[in-house]
Amino acid sequence: MDKTNTKIQENKEYLTTLDQAIGDGDHGINISRGFQEVMNKVSGQAYEHVADVMKDVAMTLMSKVGGAAGPLYGTAFLKLSMTFKGQDVDYALFSQGIEDALNGVKQRGKSDTGEKTLVDVWSAVSERLKQEEKFDGSVLEETARTAMENTKDTLATKGRAAYLKERSIGHLDPGSVSSFYLFEAFAEVINEGE
Amino acid sequence: MSTVGLVLISHSPKIVEGVKDIISQVVQNVSIELAGGTDDGQIGTSIEKIQAAIEQAKGEKGVLLIYDIGSAKMNAELAIEMSGLDSIEIAEVPLVEGAYVAAVESGMNKTLEEVKASVEKGF
Repeated sequence: MDKTNTKIQENKEYLTTLDQAIGDGDHGINISRGFQEVMNKVSGQAYEHVADVMKDVAMTLMSKVGGAAGPLYGTAFLKLSMTFKGQDVDYALFSQGIEDALNGVKQRGKSDTGEKTLVDVWSAVSERLKQEEKFDGSVLEETARTAMENTKDTLATKGRAAYLKERSIGHLDPGSVSSFYLFEAFAEVINEGE
Repeated sequence: MSTVGLVLISHSPKIVEGVKDIISQVVQNVSIELAGGTDDGQIGTSIEKIQAAIEQAKGEKGVLLIYDIGSAKMNAELAIEMSGLDSIEIAEVPLVEGAYVAAVESGMNKTLEEVKASVEKGF
């Protein structure tokens, strides 16, 4: 119970950090609003399992984010919730959760790696997690950062940016940036926990 | 109503209102429900609005969803999954023209499959 509670506290921290990071950004009015609603929903609540937090996050994002990030992040957190259901989250389960979330996002957006979407960051993180055996905040952050930066030179073929064709090259994909913030925040929580 | 219901999904409330205005000139016996904009009327789509519209539009013959861009389709698919209905489909057509043709076809008492097939054939 104590371990579960600690994890929930970590998740609260990480969601707060995420909202601050994104709310200060120049993109993503929708997603900052969504995560603000998430904070309103989960802060002060007593959760027994991480899965329950993830589910509340998913439902809030789905209903409050107006853009594509709503169903995409909503699906990701819903998959995490399903994978974590009723269990304490150790490294193996976390890694599995990220892989399941990635597959959920791919399916929802009918997208794959290399299309300049948040899938690029999630798939890089998922692959790296599989190679490692324990939580390492700096590895996690570096992996997400590199994947995010790589989206800059990619031609968008999915989402609204795809309409811009070649004009999309040279710009970071916002979904990858917000996903990077998410993993960066999580990495910070891991580092603080050490 | 005994005709196939329509749900029009757009990022803008004004777009779907306008499309409904156009259709209303020629078709009156079809339930046309709107899911335009976010839950506070901003640009975007709302799964809750889509779900509510589906509830209103579904009749004996089911409901056809027509959407514009981006998140509209993903939220439409999510709403369908959550609705648990069998007689519900998404049409892959331009919103304005597709909704118009769908309303005319539905108004002639066609089935959901017939309405979907004939609008998609047209584009």
